[in-house]
Amino acid sequence: MSDASVFDELPGDLMIWVLIVSELLVFGAGLAAFLAVRITDPAGFAAAQDALYRTGAGVNTMVLVTSGALAAWALRLCEAGRRMRARAALAAAAALGVVFMVVKVREYAGKAAEGIAWDTHPFFTFYYLLTGFHAAHVVAGVIVLLLVAWKDAVPNIEAGTAFWHMVDLVWVLLFPVIYLLR
Amino acid sequence: MKYETQKIALAYFAAALAIFAVQIAGGLLAGWVYVAPNTLSELLPFNIIRMLHTNSLVVWLLLGFFGAAYFLVPEETEREIHSPRLAYLQLAILLIGTLGVVVTYVFNLFEGNWLLGKEGREFIEQPVWVKIGIVVAALIFLYNITMTLLKGRKTAISNILILGLWGLALLFLFAFYNPDNLSLDKQYWWYIVHLWVEGVWELIMASILAYLMLKLTGVDREVVEKWLYIIVAAALFSGILGTGHHYYWIGTPGYWQWIGSIFSSLEVVPFFAMMAFAFVMVWKGRRDHPNKAALLWSLGCATLAFFGAGVWGFLHTLHGVNYYTHGTQITAAHGHLAFYGAYVCLNIAIFTYAMPILRGRDPYNQVLNMAAFWLMSGGMAFMTFTLTFAGTVQTHMQRVLGENYMVVQDQLDIFYWMRFGSGVAVAIGVLMLIYALAFPRREVVSPEPTVAAE
Repeated sequence: MSDASVFDELPGDLMIWVLIVSELLVFGAGLAAFLAVRITDPAGFAAAQDALYRTGAGVNTMVLVTSGALAAWALRLCEAGRRMRARAALAAAAALGVVFMVVKVREYAGKAAEGIAWDTHPFFTFYYLLTGFHAAHVVAGVIVLLLVAWKDAVPNIEAGTAFWHMVDLVWVLLFPVIYLLR
Repeated sequence: MKYETQKIALAYFAAALAIFAVQIAGGLLAGWVYVAPNTLSELLPFNIIRMLHTNSLVVWLLLGFFGAAYFLVPEETEREIHSPRLAYLQLAILLIGTLGVVVTYVFNLFEGNWLLGKEGREFIEQPVWVKIGIVVAALIFLYNITMTLLKGRKTAISNILILGLWGLALLFLFAFYNPDNLSLDKQYWWYIVHLWVEGVWELIMASILAYLMLKLTGVDREVVEKWLYIIVAAALFSGILGTGHHYYWIGTPGYWQWIGSIFSSLEVVPFFAMMAFAFVMVWKGRRDHPNKAALLWSLGCATLAFFGAGVWGFLHTLHGVNYYTHGTQITAAHGHLAFYGAYVCLNIAIFTYAMPILRGRDPYNQVLNMAAFWLMSGGMAFMTFTLTFAGTVQTHMQRVLGENYMVVQDQLDIFYWMRFGSGVAVAIGVLMLIYALAFPRREVVSPEPTVAAE
């Protein structure tokens, strides 16, 4: 019995999409919980948000989106048979991931220096949980990008870049909701 | 039966069914103590009865899993089991340990002795010597099964089954680590209690269910495997950090409230996927397998696991809800239906499928077996509802109105009587089931289809 289904048309492997959907559910639930708790204390949340370093987060947004574009470009290059350039693009995408982490670590260090911890205010509980969980995915994503740059078959690059796009998509949602929303 | 060593499973299944009977007897007695609290209070106190009820449950489920592995691994790997003698030795060790546990608990022997006395941590009360025995038995099992697997064909079903069983054995090692700090004690304790039933046991469950679906419905292995991978991924993704739902009020940092709430909410997903999987396979399957009873238990397993573990679990997993319901009869309701649906029904499904094959005959006593399914499942569902109502009343009186614990317990009497009644129904069902599996008789209702004249 043949079992051709729409799932077979997904780029990369079905399992990477199971992972992506699961991740989006978790971050979505986290953001929904953040917004729900925010309703109980809008003034406290606004005051806590002012302690964040918005410019750094803005820069990080550009860094991550550029990195995503490089990863997407790498896939096209690989499909066109330009292997070395594809690998270079993936390495560059991973390097930008590292830049993101450098900025992020400085941001956390700044918070720690100001004496702000996860239990300072409910805002910071969510701030650390959501951005920390995301940062862990950036680290994983950098490793994945380097892995697919090494084992550079097209399906591998598809799966790796799909994961990486999930990571930048999540950031693009976290950034306005946590850093900017008034 | 294609492979001679599959026979090992029969001994495991027989031992499992005997301990199942003990577990149900303990359950009935515990249910009776709820309505007549002084019953045997000196001779066999409630905490000991409860220990016997929960420990024997886990032991017979494990024996069932081991038996299932010895039954299906030869077929999946296309090899005989590496060493049948080791498999029987493993069973003997486990049974001696079980006997030692029962004697130690009931007569409260060696109180306080580090090696021989019971340890007192809920569910892992076993004396240290028994725990060592369990580890030795587990090592024998893993060696035996892994050697078989390495020599033979590797399929997703056997790989995931073995992965689950390895995880089960390794996580048990936390039973030896007992920090003085009560919060840390509980934190590691859940590595066993939670990561078993909401982690590695789900891998075992999914792989055995996949094997049953493969055999009973005749759907392509490729399709079954795709489902299996998705279910396993969803189970581990949600279940591991889902441990956080036990860390709300034990002294662990407050961020666990959100980690636990979010991840454990997703624990519904693998159970829903298993239910969808079972029904889709039957829908797509072209095979009309003669063992209808095994199919009924398989579908019942997937469905009741979804309700017991998934729906009843979600019911009180959000920390805002759990703040009120924690440790009430709501927990008991969830615990009963989850274990019954996910793991009891799963074991009975594989017993029902395998026993006729192991005994070299066509499926037998199917009508009685299926009647037992409905009586047991009906009884368990009724028990779940009565305990849920009891828990709702208890939550309100005790946690919202702030009344005294024992005053509230008095008010729950009616529910405890109904729970005892449903327990009797389950016990009768279990007796019917054991008879149906153990003593082949002629079918009560003819399996020949009644065909209208054409």
